[in-house]
Amino acid sequence: MSVDKATVERIAKLARIRIEDHRLAPLAGELNQILGWVEQLSAVDTDQVKPMTSVVDHALYWRDDVIADGSKRDEILANAPAAEFGFFAVPKVIE
Amino acid sequence: MSIAPESYIVRGATGDWEIVVGLEVHAQVTSKAKLFSGASTTFGSEPNDNVSLVDAAFPGMLPVINAECVRQAVRTGLALGARINRYSRFDRKNYFYADLPQGYQISQFSDPIVGEGEVHVELANGASKAIGIERLHLEQDAGKSIHDQHPRMTLVDLNRSGVALMEIVSKPDMRTPEEAGAYLKKLRTLLRYIGSCDGNMEQGSMRADVNVSVRRPGAPFGTRCEIKNVNSVRFVMQAIEYEAQRQVDIIEAGGTIDQETRLFDPNKGETRSMRSKEDAHDYRYFPDPDLLPLEFDEDFIEAARQSLPELPDAKKARFTHEWGLAEHNAATLVGEKESADWFEQLIDELVAKTGQPIAKIAAKASNWMLSDLYGHLNKAGQNITQCPIDPARSAALLALVLDGTISGSAAKDVLEDMFATGRDPLVIVEEKGLKQVSDTGALEAMADQIIAANPTQVEQYKAGKTKVIGFLVGQVMKESRGQANPAVVNEILAKKLGSS
Repeated sequence: MSVDKATVERIAKLARIRIEDHRLAPLAGELNQILGWVEQLSAVDTDQVKPMTSVVDHALYWRDDVIADGSKRDEILANAPAAEFGFFAVPKVIE
Repeated sequence: MSIAPESYIVRGATGDWEIVVGLEVHAQVTSKAKLFSGASTTFGSEPNDNVSLVDAAFPGMLPVINAECVRQAVRTGLALGARINRYSRFDRKNYFYADLPQGYQISQFSDPIVGEGEVHVELANGASKAIGIERLHLEQDAGKSIHDQHPRMTLVDLNRSGVALMEIVSKPDMRTPEEAGAYLKKLRTLLRYIGSCDGNMEQGSMRADVNVSVRRPGAPFGTRCEIKNVNSVRFVMQAIEYEAQRQVDIIEAGGTIDQETRLFDPNKGETRSMRSKEDAHDYRYFPDPDLLPLEFDEDFIEAARQSLPELPDAKKARFTHEWGLAEHNAATLVGEKESADWFEQLIDELVAKTGQPIAKIAAKASNWMLSDLYGHLNKAGQNITQCPIDPARSAALLALVLDGTISGSAAKDVLEDMFATGRDPLVIVEEKGLKQVSDTGALEAMADQIIAANPTQVEQYKAGKTKVIGFLVGQVMKESRGQANPAVVNEILAKKLGSS
């Protein structure tokens, strides 16, 4: 697997990260090095190995259906760049 | 019984087209707290009041799954007759939007909690059809954006952010708008019976994405368009009808269908392209590293199964086969859990009052409830939960008819009074003097009088035209001002005419 300049541009756009044009090609190179490094794993025969879903040998923790959180609007909004009438306020989204 | 579903054909200029429809229904899970946080799911709270640091995606916050949401998803899967997956997994569905603070929705992509199942729907022509279920998975709802309350800003409320949803995906098995409507209604009924979702489409607890394509009958599937967030059964049917015609028009004019997301505009009754997001479909799913796989044992599934109430199909079978209800009555009653519950209470009360076996009284009681009582409810614009008369009083009224105290037509007058005043039926009967005369002495005197006054009909009867007795019964009824018991009158007249 490898990525080209166009792919990097597209991923950056999807993630809303601004990347200057001249940075695209070097980034593609760096990403390809990472992918190549991970790719080495495919040399190992894993036919008899169960997929590892986590590094901790633990079962998923389940929580009871109890309201134990919330009612902290001021904290939630404290770091918002803008808030109005108890809402987060963001630049108008035009559909 | 094997009536075929009616076919639905779009007649184009170049021939006939068949439509193919599949539905993705988002149903909000009934739970107190959210899927991965302890914040409340209450509808209509102050903005951002039901938000935890997890729901607002503060750095370092970790999701912990709500056991009740898992249990409700399993119960729903069982009600859909579907395979329950004891191993499932959560994935991140990545997209960028102001009301999705995480930048991704936690959903289930490759390994959903529920697999294939089947729902049976009944159609207007009496046919029934099986609609396949592809899967059901758990996922988070997003927050709510409000675009029209501020001149320059969009306002975001995260109260819904992180609320548990079940996405129920059908197979592309529907071929008419009616089938899609019937499927959505059936799903809503099932969810409400088992209590895993309140099914309230106005408040958005249930909404449908509708996939529509057209093809020549028997040809491979055409390209589909997805109509997002349709929030009523009627709109789903309208949207399909419009969209199918739109696609046929395009293809017949030599065009091709672009696979795209569209919106339904209920005011204009049309679908419109959502244009905006050309990248929207690249969700870059990957397993959520914050969550271990979701696993449970057979005992958990069995406990969920034990907690299910009688489901509508089983209830309908019991009403028709054991209680002797007409197919149509049974279907109408089980369609809403509230009406089925009300009817069963009515029968309980009626059995207690009359001591009659259920099979003898249930069909009559269902006719009364669906025509007489529902007639008043419809006129008043009310549903059964708002009915001013309770099942006990209703049973008291029906018992008076069954034991012959009042006639069927008098019962209608009494019901009208009860509906307006809520009074006890017996009080109304006494006050208005509606008791039937079953006193044979009085009735015999009336019968003699009528026989004497109608020699022509009497002759006809004796000559073999026995049907004429109906006329004579009517005369006695008139004489008694409607208070005579017609069955008793009939008996007396027959005896007198036969023996003289």
